[in-house]
Amino acid sequence: MTISRRTFLAGTAGAVLGMPALMGRAQDATIRIASILDLSGGLDIYGAPMDVTTKLAVEDINAAGGLLGRRVELITYDAQSSIQLYTQYATQAAAGDRVAAVHGGITSASREAIRPTLARFQTLYFYNTQYEGGVCDYNNFCTGSTPAQTVAKVVPYVMNKWGKKVYIVAADYNYGQITAQWMQKFVADNGGETLGVEFFPLDVTNFGPTINKIQQAAPNLVISALVGGAHVSFYRQYAAAGLNASIPIASTTFGVGNEHKLISAAEGNGLIAAYSYFEAVDNPVNRDFLARLDAKMGASRPGLNELAVRSYEGVMLWAEAVKLAGTADRNPVVEALRTGLTYNGPSGAVTVDPKTHHCIQNVYLAELKDQTFDILEAYDAQPPADTQLVCDLVANPDQSTFFFENGLAAAGIK
Amino acid sequence: MDLVVAVALQLAYGIANLALISVGLAIIFGMMRVINLAHGEFLMLGGYTVVVTTNAGVNLWLAVFVLAPLVVGIVGVLVERILIRRLYGRMIDTLLATWGLSLLLIGLVTSIFGASTATTISPPFGTIQIGRFSSSGYELFLIGVTMALALAIWAVLRFTRLGLVARGTMQNAEMASALGVSTSRIYMITFGLGAAVTGLAGGLLAPITGVLPTIGATYIAKAFITVISGGSAILAGTAAGSVLLGGIQGVFTFLTGPTFGEVALLIAAIVLLRLMPRGITGRFFRKSL
Amino acid sequence: MTGGADTIRAMRPAFLWAALAAIFALAAPQMLALFAIINLTTAIALAILALSLALIWGYGGILCFGQVAFFGLGAYAYTIAAVNFGGSTWAILVAVLVASAVAAALGYFMFYGRLSDVYLGVITLTFTLILFSVMRRTSGPDWKIGKSLLGGFNGISSPPLNLPWNPAVKLFPEHVFYVAMAALILCYLFAAWLVNTHFGRVCVAIRENETRAELLGYDTRAYKLGIFTIGAGIAAIGGVLFSQGIGRITPDVFGLYNAALVIIWVIVGGRGTLAGPVIATFALFYLTSWLGGQQVLNNNLVLGIILIVFVLAVPRGIAPTLLGWWRRGTVRPAAARVRRRRNRAEAAE
Repeated sequence: MTISRRTFLAGTAGAVLGMPALMGRAQDATIRIASILDLSGGLDIYGAPMDVTTKLAVEDINAAGGLLGRRVELITYDAQSSIQLYTQYATQAAAGDRVAAVHGGITSASREAIRPTLARFQTLYFYNTQYEGGVCDYNNFCTGSTPAQTVAKVVPYVMNKWGKKVYIVAADYNYGQITAQWMQKFVADNGGETLGVEFFPLDVTNFGPTINKIQQAAPNLVISALVGGAHVSFYRQYAAAGLNASIPIASTTFGVGNEHKLISAAEGNGLIAAYSYFEAVDNPVNRDFLARLDAKMGASRPGLNELAVRSYEGVMLWAEAVKLAGTADRNPVVEALRTGLTYNGPSGAVTVDPKTHHCIQNVYLAELKDQTFDILEAYDAQPPADTQLVCDLVANPDQSTFFFENGLAAAGIK
Repeated sequence: MDLVVAVALQLAYGIANLALISVGLAIIFGMMRVINLAHGEFLMLGGYTVVVTTNAGVNLWLAVFVLAPLVVGIVGVLVERILIRRLYGRMIDTLLATWGLSLLLIGLVTSIFGASTATTISPPFGTIQIGRFSSSGYELFLIGVTMALALAIWAVLRFTRLGLVARGTMQNAEMASALGVSTSRIYMITFGLGAAVTGLAGGLLAPITGVLPTIGATYIAKAFITVISGGSAILAGTAAGSVLLGGIQGVFTFLTGPTFGEVALLIAAIVLLRLMPRGITGRFFRKSL
Repeated sequence: MTGGADTIRAMRPAFLWAALAAIFALAAPQMLALFAIINLTTAIALAILALSLALIWGYGGILCFGQVAFFGLGAYAYTIAAVNFGGSTWAILVAVLVASAVAAALGYFMFYGRLSDVYLGVITLTFTLILFSVMRRTSGPDWKIGKSLLGGFNGISSPPLNLPWNPAVKLFPEHVFYVAMAALILCYLFAAWLVNTHFGRVCVAIRENETRAELLGYDTRAYKLGIFTIGAGIAAIGGVLFSQGIGRITPDVFGLYNAALVIIWVIVGGRGTLAGPVIATFALFYLTSWLGGQQVLNNNLVLGIILIVFVLAVPRGIAPTLLGWWRRGTVRPAAARVRRRRNRAEAAE
């Protein structure tokens, strides 16, 4: 052992550790934003399309001359389906890259991991995923749909169509459990009866016992809040047992993971889903949006869903706010968003609700036919009524709470 | 009465399902003492082969019974020649290398096909009616195929020269080698066959599960635990492990729900290994295959 | 045979590493930006986890596939206790005690049942997966310990560390970095001391040949249980710091991927060394971070290839391989003499 080897190691270690620090040099010619999404690991079925549209949004902004005369630069981080990496990249983006805004987060766990970090570094945060509602945070804009927007519409519709007796299947974690609570509430509100609620760990692939239970309960319909790749098996086994013909399924989670392509046409036909976007949304902006993506990506274009389109619209909303504020600094941009800013995107008009920092948005019901969703109903400008029950950022802007973290008690629901 | 039949059928299917996802791993572990952490990805490759070839217009049965085992079997032989062969007797290094392989295969399939691939197949055979209950004909078919597969493996081990040599190598590799058996070749064939059986299992499951590049992760832990609990006898071990663990999971799923069904399976495995440290076949059925 | 002076002499390289780490701890906040320091805290926490596995596997010969269980339990116990106590001082102790107690119970169950090698690995892994499944479903107001909800899949946010017995003064991230570095150095020195004590040497003897150690009259079960429990305690310290680096603890930590990752750090660093796995953890930590920032190649693809190449090309791990090169490259009279003497001794055996 002599000094030389050790100094070599120390030198190398210093160089490696110093590297990230050097990468964080600010360049004033551009405005930077970061995107943190799961682009590998089990959640990439959700993250991959969101990444495509986030990039498209930044390209569109730059093609239109950038913002305030500056180019927008996107830094993309792949959190690899790990919460630890979410926090790491959020810290790096906010304090190292000094970005103007962070877009990203897929699961509520990932959002809750990075929200405090971004609040601490006063870096504006956009969460562009549908979720269970209840985040009330001055620094955080949640652009995705919440149960009061989707569940509230699909439940009465399918109960009128199919009957009043409902069986609920959901993923066994916070999101699934809270969404199931909303489902039960809306079933009861509409005079229906919930015959059973069953929760599944995210890695279950054999649904046989539950399919028996559903037959035994004999409901008129099943409402699903199943999530992830393994749960696709439910729809296949349900169809294999012949139940899709007699007991139809409605869902507010089926489709955002491209599930309708992962099961065959025969297995999926007749399923009804509710989101704030489907590819079939008929407006000029959406037609143009799809045509441009088709031209750009051809056959490799991913199926577009609410998560993907809202990622695009989230970046665009931010850009509109920067234009209005005349700066990319956080506080003026937040205030600009809070004026009730509207962006006309592929899903229709998306308007920021100043009270909750959520979005007033269109909601669509669609029926699956030959692996494609056909729109049945459209409801314009639906407010985030669930989060509005608990959150008022106009009266009290200095908040950073997730009210539904442990159930719906905060909203006064059982 | 029809409820009892329906429940019993589901229980049987749960057990067959566990056996199906484990048996390829058991072949490789039983013969070679190699724990293949890329086992889940071999299942995934089997499923992908079926999805991709049927999308291209290939007949479902051809894809499931010929192409899936063939493709994954070839992958298995390549992996054995390039990777495993260099690591015999180094169980932990093999574990690490096959974990690397598992990541590599996920990455490769994602890079080629994207995060998800559309499918057009539905399970054949329609439904069967048991009183008020309807059940999937394909699941019944899978129970049958699993039993046939077990019978075939038993016959190969019991009656063919390959089986004889393989059993000899399994019991005492050095002695077999001294008697002129090429253990290197036997290992290659074993690994290839184990992979092919796994590919077949993945292909068989493709019509009733979601097939995604990352789906292997949902199988590996369960297969691993089943094989170790069963012990080193390939068939008896897999059968005993699947019946016990699958049975416990099924019963608890009916009684309490799927989450505690999973937990009950894991707890049962721990208790079992404490009572029988060498697995079920380390204590009972010791002379079995 | 192992007097205090001998132990100290054997620990000389460890002191050098520790001094080096101490210099780094003092220099880093001057050299690096705040975000790098915060993220470094997470890396240090993981390095302590790797150290704990290096101890029980590299020296104790116990292949624990579920070392993250004790790491995660430590983080959860700390968080729950800190929420309930309203301060972190005793919570850290609770974390270490809970993890050690669980390890002692599980270890008693395993070692006194005379389980070995791969079966031990499976049981520890299964235990981890149970924690994963159970913790994931603990969302909702009914699941709580004292004042702290368990939070399910989303996890619980961890209260920041405070000055000892002074909950009013919370530590800033740069201070947590110093605490983490100090913890790493102390844990490392403790482990290095432990493997050079009589206890540690018996553990190594058991790793090399359990039957022989038993015939020499050692109760191998008790020694294994001892080192396993200590390892869990160290892992728990890592867990506490991890909850500080991330600001939160989620069931994610108990996943199969993380369980396997620790094993990889130790293999890459080299079994039978303590500093190797620590360095490997830092290296792989920055590798994974860097991979997530690039868009050219799929991360799994790159990580998979690296692992395979590593197993084939550097099977003994970085530290022993480098050490081997070093010894071969510099034939100094003293070293050669030592080697000759050792060779003679081995030949005599």
